[in-house]
Amino acid sequence: MPKISLNMITQRSIEEGAAMEKGKLNPDYFDACSICEMNPEDMKKGGIWKNTNVRVTSECGSVIVKAIVPTQFCPPGLAHIRQGVWANQVVPPRTQSTGVPQYSGFPVTIEPAPSENLKTALELVQGAVGLWKGGK
Amino acid sequence: MNLSRVQSASGKEESNMPKLITQVGCPYCGSSCDDIEVLVSDDGKKVLEVHNACIIGTNLFHHANDSTRPMLPRKRQPDGSMKEISYDEAVDYTAKTMLAAKKPLIFGFGSTNCEGMSAVGRVAEKAGAVLDNCASICHGPSFLAMFDNGYPSCTLGEAKNRADCVVFWGCNPMHAHPRHTSRYSIFPRGFFTQKGSMQRTIISIDPRESDTAKLADIHYMLQQGHDYELFDAFRTVLRGHDIPDEVAGIKKEQILKGAEAMKKARFVMIFFGMGCTHTDGRNHNVDIAISLTRDLNEHTKASIMAMRGHYNIAGPGQVWSWQFGFPYCIDLSKGTHAHMNPGETSSVDLAMRDEVDCFVNVGTDAGAHWPIDAVKHVKKHPFITIDPNFNMASEISDLHIPVRIAGVDEGGVVYRMDNVPIQFKAVLKGLSGVPSDEELFDMIYERMCVLTQSEPIWLTAKEDRKYPSPVVS
Repeated sequence: MPKISLNMITQRSIEEGAAMEKGKLNPDYFDACSICEMNPEDMKKGGIWKNTNVRVTSECGSVIVKAIVPTQFCPPGLAHIRQGVWANQVVPPRTQSTGVPQYSGFPVTIEPAPSENLKTALELVQGAVGLWKGGK
Repeated sequence: MNLSRVQSASGKEESNMPKLITQVGCPYCGSSCDDIEVLVSDDGKKVLEVHNACIIGTNLFHHANDSTRPMLPRKRQPDGSMKEISYDEAVDYTAKTMLAAKKPLIFGFGSTNCEGMSAVGRVAEKAGAVLDNCASICHGPSFLAMFDNGYPSCTLGEAKNRADCVVFWGCNPMHAHPRHTSRYSIFPRGFFTQKGSMQRTIISIDPRESDTAKLADIHYMLQQGHDYELFDAFRTVLRGHDIPDEVAGIKKEQILKGAEAMKKARFVMIFFGMGCTHTDGRNHNVDIAISLTRDLNEHTKASIMAMRGHYNIAGPGQVWSWQFGFPYCIDLSKGTHAHMNPGETSSVDLAMRDEVDCFVNVGTDAGAHWPIDAVKHVKKHPFITIDPNFNMASEISDLHIPVRIAGVDEGGVVYRMDNVPIQFKAVLKGLSGVPSDEELFDMIYERMCVLTQSEPIWLTAKEDRKYPSPVVS
C-alpha cells in the first residue's frame, strides 16, 4: 500500500469548540475531530479517496481518522487534525524542555485504511488506559 | 433590564416571567466577552436564550441545562464501574490521597475563577504538590520569553482604539476567539480608528490559509515551523539590512512590503498564538516577536499580546504569581519554598518521567488534550478529576467530583487575555448540594488540616469564607 509522509499540525477550530461545549460524548464532537485535513494532491499521491478512512502514524502511535479536503486551505505536504482526542493519539510528548508537547510540526505517515473503523473518543482514551469495556 | 417583575394590566405583579440578565461574561475563550445577555427561566434554573455570544459561548450556556449533569461525586469501583458517593467521602478520599502521595500534581484551571485558584494554592502547599495550569501546554513558552525579554503589551481597548496595523502571527481568532476580531482587532470603530476595518491593515502569518488569513490584506503562507526565520527577516529589514531572496518560503518583495506596512502604521499590534508556541522554537519564536515589537518602536508605536485560550487562563498567572512568585509549573514539594523550572517541573515532563504519584485534574480535560502517552503515565497512580461535566478525564478517573460552572452558576473574578480583571456573574442557581471550586478546595484543605492535626490558618484568615455554606450542608 502506498504511504505518504506529511508534516502534521493540530490546532483549534470553531467546529471543535462548539461541539466540545456540547460535551465530548456528543456525536458532534466525534464528527468535528475525527478527521484529517490534507491537500487533494497529497491524497492522490497516497491513493486516498476523500472522505475515506486513513491511518495516521507518528513516532509515538497511530490513529484512524477520516481524510477530508481542507476546510481551510492546507498546502501540499501539510496535514491538519483538529485538536482533541484523535489528534492527541499521535502528538509526540517531547517538549524541548518547555513543558509544551510537539502539538504542531511533527512527521507522520498516512496510508489508506478504508476498511478500518473510526473509534469513539471514549474508546480511544479508556482503551489507552485499559478501562474500555465496550466491544471492538 | 429585568423582566422578572412586570406589572400586568390588572395591576398585579406577574412573576412567571423569564429574566433577561445583561452584561454577563462568557466563560469560554480569552476574549472574555462581557456583553452577553442570557434569558433564564423564572425559577433561575434553565437558560432559555443566549444573546450576543458566538456559537461556542451559546452552546456552553445551553449545556448547563443538561439534565444528566453530575450532582454527586463518583468513585471507581474495583470492577471498573463508577458509583456515586457523598461529598464528605470524596473530600476525605482526596485529602488522604494527596497527603499520602510523595509528589501530587494538580493541573488545569483553564475554566475556573480566581477564587478557586487561590483556594487550591493552600491545598497544594499543604500537600507539597506541583501546581500547574494549562499554560504549561499552551502559552508556557510565552512566559519564558517574557521573563527573558519583557512584555511590551497593552490592553485590548488600546488595540481597538489605536491599532491601524494588526498582525496575527500563528493564531486564528476566527476559530479560536470568534468575537475577537469584531470586538477588538479588525472590525470595531475606535477613538483613533473611526473607519474600523477600512483603516486597518491586517497581516496574517499562517502556514494554512485560515479563515483569519482570508480576512487579511497580506497573508504570509510560510513554511510550517519556520516562524523564527521570518521574524528575523522582518527585524533585519527594519534595521536597514538586506535579506536573501526567499525566507521561510516567502519572497523578499513580500517581506519588504509587510515591513513597510508596519513601519508606516501609527500603531502596530501583534497578536501571537499557538502557531508560535506549539511548534519548533517554542519560546524563541515569542522571544523574537517581542524583539520585533521593540524594534518597531524605533519607527512607530507597537505592542504585542498573547492570544490566551481560555477566559481566565491569565488568572492563575496573576493569582499564583502573587501567592508563590511564579505563574505556572510551581513545585511546592520542597515544603520550604516554591521552585519553578519548566522542562523539569512542567506537567507533561513530570508525567513522562513518572515523577508524580497522584494526579488531580481541575477544570480542564487532560484526558483529551494531553498526548495520550502522558495520560497513560499519570494513570498509573490515583487520578482525580474536579469538573462540572463528564469529559475524557472524568471517565478514566478514580474519582470525579462535580462542581458549579464558573461564569454560569458561579460568579467570580477572571483575567482576560490582556490581564484585565473582570467580575463575572452567575446567571443560574447552582445545582443543589454542588459546591464551587473554592468551597470544595476549602473543604479539602480543612480535611487535610484535621488529618495532619494542624491549624487551618488560611481559613481562619478568610473573612468572607463561604464554606460551610447553606448550599453544601
